[in-house]
Amino acid sequence: MTATIEPELGRPRRRKEDARLITGRTRWTDNIALPGLLHMAVLRSPLAHAKISRLDAEAARSMPGVIAVLTGTDLAEQQGSLPCAWPITPDMASPQHPALAVDEVRFAGEPVALVVARSAAEARDAVEAIDVDYEDLPVVLDMEAALADGSPLVHQDLGTNRCATWVFDSGEAGTGEDVDRVIAEARERGDVVLERRFRQQRLIPAFMEPRSVVVDPTGEQITMWSATQVPHILRLMLAMTLGVPEQKIRVIAPDVGGGFGGKLQVTPEEVLTFLAARRIGRPVKWTESRSESMVSAHHGRDQIQRLTLAARRDGTLLGLKVDLLADMGAYLGLVTPGIPILGAFMFNAIYKLPAYRFSCTNVFTNKTWTDAYRGAGRPEATYAIERMMDELAAELGKDPLEVREQNWIKHEEFPYTTVAGLTYDSGNYEAATEEAKRLFDYQALRREQAERRERGDAVQLGIGVSTYTEMCGLAPSRVLGSLSYGAGGWEHAAIRMLATGKVEVITGSSPHGQGHETAWSQIIADKLGVPFEDVEVIHGDTQSAHKGMDTYGSRSLSVGGVAAAMAADRVIEKASKIAAHLLECSEDDLEFTAGRFAVRGTDRGTAIQEVALAAFAAHDLPEGVEPSLDAEVTFDPENFSFPHGTHLCAAEVDTETGRVRIRSYVCVDDVGKVVNPLIVEGQVHGGLAQGIAQALYEEAVFDEMGTLTTATLADYLVPSAADLPTFTTARTETPATTNPLGVKGVGEAGTIASTPAVVNAVVDAVRHLGVNDVDMPCTPMRVWHAIHRGAGAAPTEMATGAEAGGGLGSIDGGDQ
Amino acid sequence: MIPSAFDYVAPSTVEEAVRALAEAGEDAKVLAGGQSLLPVLRMRLAAPSTVVDLGRIAELRGVHEDGDRLVIGAMTTHYDVQRDPLVRQHALLLALATDTVADPQVRHRGTFGGSLAHADPAGDLLAPALALDAEMVVAGPNGRRTVPAEDFFVDYFTTALAPDELLVQVRVPKFSGWGAHYEKFNRVAQAWSIVAVAAAVRVDGGSIAEARVGLTNMASTPVRARGVEEALIGRPATAETIRAAAQHAAEGTQPVTDANADADYRRHLVEVLTSRAVTAAAAG
Repeated sequence: MTATIEPELGRPRRRKEDARLITGRTRWTDNIALPGLLHMAVLRSPLAHAKISRLDAEAARSMPGVIAVLTGTDLAEQQGSLPCAWPITPDMASPQHPALAVDEVRFAGEPVALVVARSAAEARDAVEAIDVDYEDLPVVLDMEAALADGSPLVHQDLGTNRCATWVFDSGEAGTGEDVDRVIAEARERGDVVLERRFRQQRLIPAFMEPRSVVVDPTGEQITMWSATQVPHILRLMLAMTLGVPEQKIRVIAPDVGGGFGGKLQVTPEEVLTFLAARRIGRPVKWTESRSESMVSAHHGRDQIQRLTLAARRDGTLLGLKVDLLADMGAYLGLVTPGIPILGAFMFNAIYKLPAYRFSCTNVFTNKTWTDAYRGAGRPEATYAIERMMDELAAELGKDPLEVREQNWIKHEEFPYTTVAGLTYDSGNYEAATEEAKRLFDYQALRREQAERRERGDAVQLGIGVSTYTEMCGLAPSRVLGSLSYGAGGWEHAAIRMLATGKVEVITGSSPHGQGHETAWSQIIADKLGVPFEDVEVIHGDTQSAHKGMDTYGSRSLSVGGVAAAMAADRVIEKASKIAAHLLECSEDDLEFTAGRFAVRGTDRGTAIQEVALAAFAAHDLPEGVEPSLDAEVTFDPENFSFPHGTHLCAAEVDTETGRVRIRSYVCVDDVGKVVNPLIVEGQVHGGLAQGIAQALYEEAVFDEMGTLTTATLADYLVPSAADLPTFTTARTETPATTNPLGVKGVGEAGTIASTPAVVNAVVDAVRHLGVNDVDMPCTPMRVWHAIHRGAGAAPTEMATGAEAGGGLGSIDGGDQ
Repeated sequence: MIPSAFDYVAPSTVEEAVRALAEAGEDAKVLAGGQSLLPVLRMRLAAPSTVVDLGRIAELRGVHEDGDRLVIGAMTTHYDVQRDPLVRQHALLLALATDTVADPQVRHRGTFGGSLAHADPAGDLLAPALALDAEMVVAGPNGRRTVPAEDFFVDYFTTALAPDELLVQVRVPKFSGWGAHYEKFNRVAQAWSIVAVAAAVRVDGGSIAEARVGLTNMASTPVRARGVEEALIGRPATAETIRAAAQHAAEGTQPVTDANADADYRRHLVEVLTSRAVTAAAAG
């Protein structure tokens, strides 16, 4: 044994899971085939709100290959109500959420009936043969209209479309002043008081692998494979929802192809596949089509934000008041009501804000329900405050970076307790900003901008700034408890030392593309001093990885990875006792480096692999020591982690067409210590793409009937590499002080920071033409209208689908 | 999703294909590259009784010269059209427009004839075919006939093809030595045109001797911008001439309002894009 193993932490390894994921030769749920497997298809409501007055399934039942047709009436007694684990207020209006609609549908896409047949094609054919009569009910789609007196109700029995109102007030909480008083005084003094209304459009997570579920009811346990981010939560919730004993359910998340929060859910289809398989007694598979996914998998964002910002004329912030409306859609999913609330702690961002009030009203509408989507509450908050900081800079005629620097927390001021009550442990906003300005060549671009304005160039240049922080590592359980969340935020890990010296790491953090297998292997290889190749990471099966809180909220590394590292420490502790015994020395005389226990001052020692074998043989162990090196840890973080960074975007706006072209994009992120820089780089690139997509491209649009008109990827514009600039990325490294690895999380940073950077750039390019906002996505038409009619007249809701036009959405004929 | 069941026929000659279409009746669909038909089938927006696949008819593929015409087989893929030296030489506008169609995967499967017969007004090959006065050779039970492009495109997704007819060839006059440009405006790289302008120009001694301009997605069919052409021909190839001529681009168009653009914006765009397209064509 030599001690010359290269450190794994910080090494840009290619991901060990990629070959199988990229080639598809792996265990995607839809690849699973079981003997006697049946196939399920779902009939969905074409209407946004209607009574089901008659449902005739006779013709479908007699179709070839059909085993069963089930309706809401058939399952009403068994299906329970889909779980919502986050009742944000004691008086939250919480509707029943049946997996299969029983007598009323409340959004277009809601499951109405299911068919189980011998083949997927036969199931689909039979779905078409189900005859349903609907009686139209009034549809309400707009949040403000939904709250108006006399609005049609999404849920008649609730008597209101107001789900809940959640408030944080720094005056009441004792974390700051009374913002209403602060704003009133600012007005009296003639300070700056800015009011803006921003719209967070509705987005669709659009994960690559459509959702898929297989349920095998033929064993003692019912086994469910699902393309889910949350196998552990899913198992618990199935047990609680359906009344099945928890130990009788096994859930497996095999390889999962993306989620972005969109698979942080307990879905109607999971419940339905479970119930259908159990009823029929044979394995059943359901795999959705892309269009099905677009209309029925939960959506994200969808807020109307009203903000009031008060500042002194010198730029010093005085107070921020936030009033949100958040669209729940028709039902509450797993964490639907809590998503906008996560933003409550982030509107103050990196700034020293004396007074703050956040109020969010959650609203029901006849649209697809919303829930977590990459960033979940924090992108919305970051967008609002970063847009406001640019507005403030414009109002004062100052450089937007200068106004930010004037107000941000200085690096020597950490730890810093914010006006929202969180304690930021560390950060260095100055360093990240300085590096970003250098890479961007900030001053040269400002000069070019001035020159183009001067000569009235058709193509104007804008520079957008976004300095952000986010709360990652969800989450300290006590904080979740204080927010009325239904579970803790810990994570579990275990290490199994095999007789041959190889290592199995079991993690409760179930990946869906993040590269846990590589990163965890690197952490454990370093800790135990074993080769990277000797470490296997096991996840996603409640039978082998029995305990976990799964993957979301940039928590995997900073909670789950830390748990794994701590379990490795325990393995070393246990091995140390046996090694001392074998080497006939005191434990205090041992030092453990690079996988070897050595007796200080001698050349005697033993490798951890040898200790593992000795533990396995158990022939000669010290008194009272168990014959195992295995160890497990459940880690509950004491605080969130707070990645931060500075993003700068240069955008060219073609004033003749309104088209926006991102010319350069620089981001300097501080995500703390880095395990694998290549994975970090990938997360940043993907995050930027998704955040830029919100700024420029993506929007879920409903027509006035409540039909989603962007239900294909031809209409819902997910950008590709061809549409995006080359990103310049860099990092500063300020280790987190709240976990032993010093890591912070990187899964959402790019998404959170980039959206305001891009929109700020667009507005900056045309502000001199009288524009101070453009609704997202900043489509060419919206930008053009903003320039030529003034921002106030920019149409926010386009009529769609009313006229025939070109493109896929209009195809209904043709000859060839 | 999964299409409804249909009968599948894969003839190996045009005659067999025409017979198969006649036998299958009005509910039959012709499968060329499948890039438009398959999504329609999978979304169950159409449920044909029979699909007649032209993929095995060798004579429908390829490009050759026939005197002063280029002859492009209807089943020639976009990729093959793009790369064909004859097309680049004699019908550059067509090659440039084909470069912008969707993405590489679609261009390897999709076909020139399929696009034209599908007659999606947002499709990129209709306006160039119209501007270049292409002729469609159509085979039916009574033999072949030739339909000029301006008579071929009838309405949204509707052509002069009868249910028992096939588009077999496209004959394009040679525009050797002309400058060309296809100015496409869309939101993401693989998307359909919101508006696009196809321009071919012959500059002689600093003046515009001849000009052809076709518009994509400005009406239910491709539109020939004759007002623009007339305002260009015989005038010096200057920015002023082109800008003034482009003011005629929206004449006679009937643009729709949809998610990406309202009609007013389209009428504005088409002028800007026409100016850019003609400028680029005149320069090259």
